[in-house]
Amino acid sequence: MKKWSMQGFFKWLNNSESSTKVISSIIAILGGLLVGFLVMLAIDPSKAGIGLWTILTGTFRDGTRSFGQTIHYSVPIILTGISVAFAFRTGLFNIGATGQLTMGAFAAVYVGINWTFLGPLHWIVAVIAGALVGALWGSIPGLLKAYRNVNEVVASIMLNYIGSFLSILLIKTYIYNQELARALSPAASAYLPRLSQLITTHRSSLNFGFIIALIVVAVTHIILNKTTFGYQLKSVGFNRDASRYAGINEKRNIILAMTISGAIAGIAGATMYLVPGRLMTIESSLLQEGFTGIAISLLGLSSPIGVLFAGLFYGALEMGGFYLQVTTRFVPQIIEIIIAVIIYFSALALFFQKYVQFVINKVVPESEVGHE
Amino acid sequence: MSSFLDLMYFLVPLVIASIVPLAIVALGGLFSESTGVINIALEGIMVMGAFVGIVVMRLLVINEVFPLQMIAFIGLFIGAISGGLYATLHAFASINMKANQIISATALNLFAPALSIFTARFYFGTSNLNIGANFLIREVPLLSSIPVIGPLLFTDAFLSTYIGVFIFAVAITLLYKTKLGLRLRSVGENPHAADSLGINIYKIRYIGVIISGMLAGMGGVIFVLSFATRFSGTVSGFGFLALAVMIFGQWKPKGILLAALFFAAVRVLANAYSGIPGLQNLTIPSEIYSMLPYVATLVALAFASKNSRAPKAIGEPYDPGKR
Repeated sequence: MKKWSMQGFFKWLNNSESSTKVISSIIAILGGLLVGFLVMLAIDPSKAGIGLWTILTGTFRDGTRSFGQTIHYSVPIILTGISVAFAFRTGLFNIGATGQLTMGAFAAVYVGINWTFLGPLHWIVAVIAGALVGALWGSIPGLLKAYRNVNEVVASIMLNYIGSFLSILLIKTYIYNQELARALSPAASAYLPRLSQLITTHRSSLNFGFIIALIVVAVTHIILNKTTFGYQLKSVGFNRDASRYAGINEKRNIILAMTISGAIAGIAGATMYLVPGRLMTIESSLLQEGFTGIAISLLGLSSPIGVLFAGLFYGALEMGGFYLQVTTRFVPQIIEIIIAVIIYFSALALFFQKYVQFVINKVVPESEVGHE
Repeated sequence: MSSFLDLMYFLVPLVIASIVPLAIVALGGLFSESTGVINIALEGIMVMGAFVGIVVMRLLVINEVFPLQMIAFIGLFIGAISGGLYATLHAFASINMKANQIISATALNLFAPALSIFTARFYFGTSNLNIGANFLIREVPLLSSIPVIGPLLFTDAFLSTYIGVFIFAVAITLLYKTKLGLRLRSVGENPHAADSLGINIYKIRYIGVIISGMLAGMGGVIFVLSFATRFSGTVSGFGFLALAVMIFGQWKPKGILLAALFFAAVRVLANAYSGIPGLQNLTIPSEIYSMLPYVATLVALAFASKNSRAPKAIGEPYDPGKR
């Protein structure tokens, strides 16, 4: 039995394309942590070790609280990660998740403030509003790509800034709190229900957003892997021209992929702001979550389940970054440094994959692969 | 009439202060894209250049070693060097590793602000770095007394603006009037043809990306000097605005200048419209002006993409076997 499983493992290592990809993701993570460590080492050598340790173990510092908080932090990143991954599978690079997220957040908060007549459905409708407006914002680069051949990356970059300024304008016009110079707070009925309301022993801010994220993971996984539509999307991603030749309407698929991607980013925006204490600002800087989603999508190999785990890993880093300020003088920006390096190493993945394949071929003995 | 002139004396220096960094950074984008390497990392490179430049300038200001304008000059130089070095990371990924250029550039965009805030907060206790001096030149000797032109161009100005104009001229000459410039452009249009003529594609692309980084890094310092005396790890999307300038300018220097003029004017409107007679009564919110450049670029793309002037081989890693 044991022999068989070892052999199976070696076989997986040797033959499967996914094995080299998983290994290159792990290399990217290790590279990110290494550079993060070196930066800390350069700045304060005496604290670098404890700094890295804190980042890695933050999740376990305070029992269910830090554990729940880790999951809570991961929610918007899992969602933006899936948003980016979903478009990526159709061969589109959605660098505009941040704009879709911002517009979606505005819609969710707007509904959260004004539509109080909805009662217990209030927060659900607010999340749906976020998804719809995110979808609308995502469909624009999709339409431009399909009908005017505009590069979706450039269009998304422009739409990020348009969205950022538009949301500021809309906040100031409709839901402005003059005193705080921020958006008003949503009504309590629009807050995502906290899981601590269900499990009384639980102390973190973990809320229904995580359930929503799990649903999105499941739905996108099914769409991509079990439906004709998903197959068409991926086929357009592999080869646009061949897909058209095979009778797939590639324009429709491009638009739909960007729309769905935008909807998921919009949901991410809703989960970020349908909570007590976090108010939308009128600063013109772009929200980081959309870009972090790119890293998580790459680490998760553009598969929804992979993104789920990569997102949880990000949540753990974020939690560690929180405790970092307690144990050292380092600030949580080190997490962003690590994420940036992970993205950079993911960009080099093609090279890693070739190299990893080369090493595997050398290391795994021929006899272990076995002949059937 | 005199009120019109006064208005011009108020607006023109503001517009020029915006045009110069926009045009410099957009030209930086052009240098990279001319060789076929997409560079959406302009924003991050600006931040890196500005950060290193401003830290050095701050140290020099505190120690009072050099005269003030000399420090500005050194700051620009340091910004250019650090921008060029930082851009080699993008060059390495895009050229040697054949990486996805958008992903690599995104990494650069995220890394620079994170690193500058992280280090600044550790060393200075704040992410808001103050240079500690104002580099504004009230009146340029002699030139400022020329009627009309003097008040328009030579009062309330920055040395960095003049250096920027000079650098812009030099860079355009380099790209369009020299052998190296021809090579840079040929590598972006048809790398295989260039390769067959014995041009080292990798080397030329490195040069393009590094010059791009130097211009963006310098642009970052100019940005901080012109618009703020402090730096907090961001150039407020100016790098992406410069990218829009390059695209709206159709990858041509003249187009870049015109686009920079247009975007700079809109930018000034966004920030100073309340001081302009006729506009303050229209009550157009400043966000509309701020949005305008991006909307314009999007519209221009929608109507021009079918016959885009972008370099032909843009975004493709060079593969000698594809010939």
